[in-house]
Amino acid sequence: MTTTSDPAASPTPAASGVPLAAARPTARPGARAGARNLAVTSGKGGVGKTFVTANLAAALAQRGQKVLVLDADLGLANLDVVLNLHPKLTLHDVFTEKATLEQAILPAPGGFSVLLAGSGMVEYSRLTPEVRDKLLHIVEMVRPRFDWILFDTGAGISDVVLFSISMASDVLVVATPEPTSLTDAYATIKVLATQQDRREVGLLVNQANRVGEGKLICGQLQQVLQRFVSAKPGHSFKLELLGEVKNDLSVRQAVLKRQLVMEHYPGSDAAQAIKALAHKLLG
Amino acid sequence: MDARHLRLELALQLLQQAGALLPEAEPYSQEWVQGILDALCDLSSKDALTGLVNRRSFEMALAREVDRVARSGESALLLMLDIDHFKAVNDSYGHAAGDQVIRAVAEALNQVVRPMDTVARVGGEEFAIVLPKCGAGFGATVAERLRERVSELRIEVASGQTLAVTVSLGGAFAPEWVRSSSLLWMERADRQLYRAKAEGRNRTCLEMQVDSLVSAEEKGMLFAVTQQESE
Repeated sequence: MTTTSDPAASPTPAASGVPLAAARPTARPGARAGARNLAVTSGKGGVGKTFVTANLAAALAQRGQKVLVLDADLGLANLDVVLNLHPKLTLHDVFTEKATLEQAILPAPGGFSVLLAGSGMVEYSRLTPEVRDKLLHIVEMVRPRFDWILFDTGAGISDVVLFSISMASDVLVVATPEPTSLTDAYATIKVLATQQDRREVGLLVNQANRVGEGKLICGQLQQVLQRFVSAKPGHSFKLELLGEVKNDLSVRQAVLKRQLVMEHYPGSDAAQAIKALAHKLLG
Repeated sequence: MDARHLRLELALQLLQQAGALLPEAEPYSQEWVQGILDALCDLSSKDALTGLVNRRSFEMALAREVDRVARSGESALLLMLDIDHFKAVNDSYGHAAGDQVIRAVAEALNQVVRPMDTVARVGGEEFAIVLPKCGAGFGATVAERLRERVSELRIEVASGQTLAVTVSLGGAFAPEWVRSSSLLWMERADRQLYRAKAEGRNRTCLEMQVDSLVSAEEKGMLFAVTQQESE
């Protein structure tokens, strides 16, 4: 793979304050006809980010969408674990030109495609100009072929995470009611609002203990953001609750068996919540 | 097209008034008209008082830099600076003296930076400098050097008095992410300038890293309701 030299394929900085939950052609870096792209991130790890991403991809696929999940957690990828895949070819092979993109894009259970990072990606966990260039090039290449690209980002707010989020037009933050998760989600949203000019971010509350907890948490986060982020005039910021997934038995069983709730427990509350999330994103 | 039909009187007058060199080509030839247009572009991108790049042109330079940084991954620094207590100079010594101070500061700034850097006058006593390929270590040094150079100035004003002024500087490094804008970059640098002013002026404040810290106040507010709920 050569580094991108085609000016048309290079991204240009763009800022858009368009509503998140509505189907429309998005204004985004390097926007051309092609997939809508959504970054799924969380701040804290272990809150079910990859679980949500994979099941959301399956839910979108069930709605007839062509979906690619890009494992953007270059340092510590585990999308393959969640999906019980044993990939022979990964993003690492594309980076090192041992495989073409076509070879590395694999079908996943759930009816979507994945581009897995692979364990060899640890060497790319630092954001060098080379890594940026390669990632951007790959995103440009796959964009025309899908309706959706979901970026499963790593945990934390490192430069790799922020960079992979910046390639997406929309962001979904996954948080649990745990105080540490809320704090990290808040920090992530704050950085996105102040450093990436995001005016709107979606929230999914995972592992909710009871119905309505998502709404409560979203309101709480919104209140603090109102005070510390959008206090300046012209800096309106909106956190939109896009879903609440309760901590039910089906989720625990699916995770243990490395299955998708969308496939194996389609009637569960969790599957319904993810379906509703897909519905909101499709508008 | 015959250029003789163009109404160029005002353009020529403006250029002459600004002391711009008129093209040497045969008047009204295509080359000559191009020369006039180039001279007008040059004129409209500069600040009349200091000869520095003006705000309009600076915003274009900054947008180009955001674009370049997003692609190349190189670092860049934006500095915003402001002459401290400038209003007092105007009030005590008159506007002509104020203009002389602005010109002297502009010249000093231009002498400190590298040829690749762009120094602009973006407001009354406000300046902005974009420094491509400028990393964190060098950024702090150059900002401090700019501040020192201005503070060493002894500016003779018409009344025969000599004035000394200081500047406050705020700076922010270009974000290395795709999604940003020159406006956002200026806001971040501006916040640091505000900090430098608030901390007592005649100093430099640079945004060193992504501010992802959550203060105790923020945490308190974040958990206020959830705690009430569980009680």
